[in-house]
Amino acid sequence: MGFFLETLIGGLMAGMLYSLVALGFVLIFKASGVFNFAQGAMVLFAALAMARFAEWIPGWFGLEGSYLGTAAAFVVAGALMFVVAWLIERLVLRHLVNQEGATLLMATLGIAYVLEGIGSTLFGNDIYKIDVGMPKDPVFLFEEVFPGGLLINKEDFIAALIAAVLVGLLTLFFQKTTTGRALRAVADDHQAAQSIGIPLNRIWVIVWCVAGLVALVAGVIWGSKLGVQFSLSTVALRALPVVILGGLTSVPGAILGGLIIGVGEKLSEVYLGPMVGGGIEIWFAYVLALVVLLFRPQGLFGEKIIDRV
Amino acid sequence: MLYRENGQFKTSYAADQQVFPIAQDRWAVVGIVVFAFVAVPLLVDEYMFRAILIPFLILSLAALGVNILVGYCGQITLGAGAFMAVGAYAAYNFHIRVEGMPLLLSLLLGGFTSALVGIVFGIPSLRVRGLYLAVATLAAQFFTDWVFLRIPWFTDNSLSGNVSVSNLQVMGWQLNNPLNKYLFCLAFLTVFALLAKNMTRSAIGRQWMAIRDMDVAAEVIGIRPLFAKLSAFAVSSFFVGTAGALWAFVHLASWEPAAFSVDRSFQLLFMVIIGGLGSVMGSFFGAAFIVILPIVLNRLLPEIGDLVGVEISTAGISHAELIIFGGLIIFFLIKEPHGLARLWSTGKEKLRLWPFPH
Repeated sequence: MGFFLETLIGGLMAGMLYSLVALGFVLIFKASGVFNFAQGAMVLFAALAMARFAEWIPGWFGLEGSYLGTAAAFVVAGALMFVVAWLIERLVLRHLVNQEGATLLMATLGIAYVLEGIGSTLFGNDIYKIDVGMPKDPVFLFEEVFPGGLLINKEDFIAALIAAVLVGLLTLFFQKTTTGRALRAVADDHQAAQSIGIPLNRIWVIVWCVAGLVALVAGVIWGSKLGVQFSLSTVALRALPVVILGGLTSVPGAILGGLIIGVGEKLSEVYLGPMVGGGIEIWFAYVLALVVLLFRPQGLFGEKIIDRV
Repeated sequence: MLYRENGQFKTSYAADQQVFPIAQDRWAVVGIVVFAFVAVPLLVDEYMFRAILIPFLILSLAALGVNILVGYCGQITLGAGAFMAVGAYAAYNFHIRVEGMPLLLSLLLGGFTSALVGIVFGIPSLRVRGLYLAVATLAAQFFTDWVFLRIPWFTDNSLSGNVSVSNLQVMGWQLNNPLNKYLFCLAFLTVFALLAKNMTRSAIGRQWMAIRDMDVAAEVIGIRPLFAKLSAFAVSSFFVGTAGALWAFVHLASWEPAAFSVDRSFQLLFMVIIGGLGSVMGSFFGAAFIVILPIVLNRLLPEIGDLVGVEISTAGISHAELIIFGGLIIFFLIKEPHGLARLWSTGKEKLRLWPFPH
């Protein structure tokens, strides 16, 4: 029982990381209808920037060992993501208005390559460690309920907390602020939004910027857990089934989808894996998403698109 | 002046429905094929064969297959690499498990197996489309990656799916040097390209295009979406699977599942998008572009570095390659969304009127 719960919690934690990446997908898809394959590259880019600035900035300003240096690195990395978002809108998206979905998808693949290349050129391509001062010591819970208790990492808890706060903030932003309302209007209908005076270009910059910040948070959490390296850019592929499962247009769907996939992956790996030779983590999420697609093409929480042949 | 059809009168239906109705086109194609079979072997060296020409021929074949599915039938796929893998490993199994199996037959059977698998993974296309379908085909990619890595039967119990073939021969003709390999691949590609060209002009090709342009309307005029979509998946997977078998047998000779990873799928999709969706010619342009670009960059970048006095490291080159590659993809999508094939046909239109455009 204890082992099962530990697996479950491990799955939830992994799922939360997927959710954070998936969140970036959903935000951009909602506001601009672009299926952003570059989200993984953005996570990598942000994490690399964070890791390197956290190393460089204290050296430049003599802030060694203080939280100020880390905070400054976070701010600078965030600013960099803003520049990236602005450039993407300016150089790519603006010229691809009204193109088909496939074209936009290819464009984001191109963006992914460029971001990976620039990121590695600027920041190097070794394995870096992000240390934002999260406690790493494990704690044991429920020792009186199970023999041995449950082994849980404190860091995971904090990461989960950060993710929850982020989702809360995003919900507030989307529901309560003028900009958020404008974003939702654009998501509903581009032309109608434009006709009442919402500037599409600025909205796109904002939404890519928000997605960039989400990528930064995801990158920092992922990086402090597992280190930053080039393979981080493939998390986009891991997060795709999450988006399909939760529905392309739903923020809660991305979160719940991520959790379901995280738990499903871990449980299936532990309990089904040995039967078929292990390593089924790679495709389990995809097959799950495929099954959901067959029965509920819009995902668990997505808007129903009646578009069937 | 040189390129116009004035005076070429068609006197029968057969003449009117030829593959290349304009005489100059016909002669140009015949010329290119003869050039490729006769002149190229005399002109180029071994390195050219191995690094450029053979990969170009095989990837053109795969791009042709992807183009049938994505360009002609409008079903976006990110799983082309998977079907290459299925073709390669199926051909391998036929090759080693059946005594005295001719190479040609095992390659084609590899393609055939891939077609069957393609039909299975094409089933989601009956319910979903667009980006959702892309994810469904990605499932095929990751599933086959796992199958060939973890299930030892498919790879003859070899470690991590690493297998190799040797002593290839077709009816006594040894495929042991790059020239013979080149000619073998070229023969394959010529036959398959003609097949694709004819298929896309026939009833089945028009069904695919109708489904691509508007599936509901296509169904209303009596086209069965089930048949049209699954046949596109089958034919496409057959092409891609055969290309995969060729890639593994002829080009690599020793391979592991990583040779057909998701990157390969993306690469094939890039080829058809840059080359031109819905164009047989475009598949060739796209494959040529993607095969040659990294080699050119590899040669060119250090020289440019020398010119401005900067030493570019190997890692720097590979990063610069990524940036330039991504940048070019975006550039093409913005400037010429219909691909290189559109440039080609615009050029032909201009040439028709030249030198008196009015």
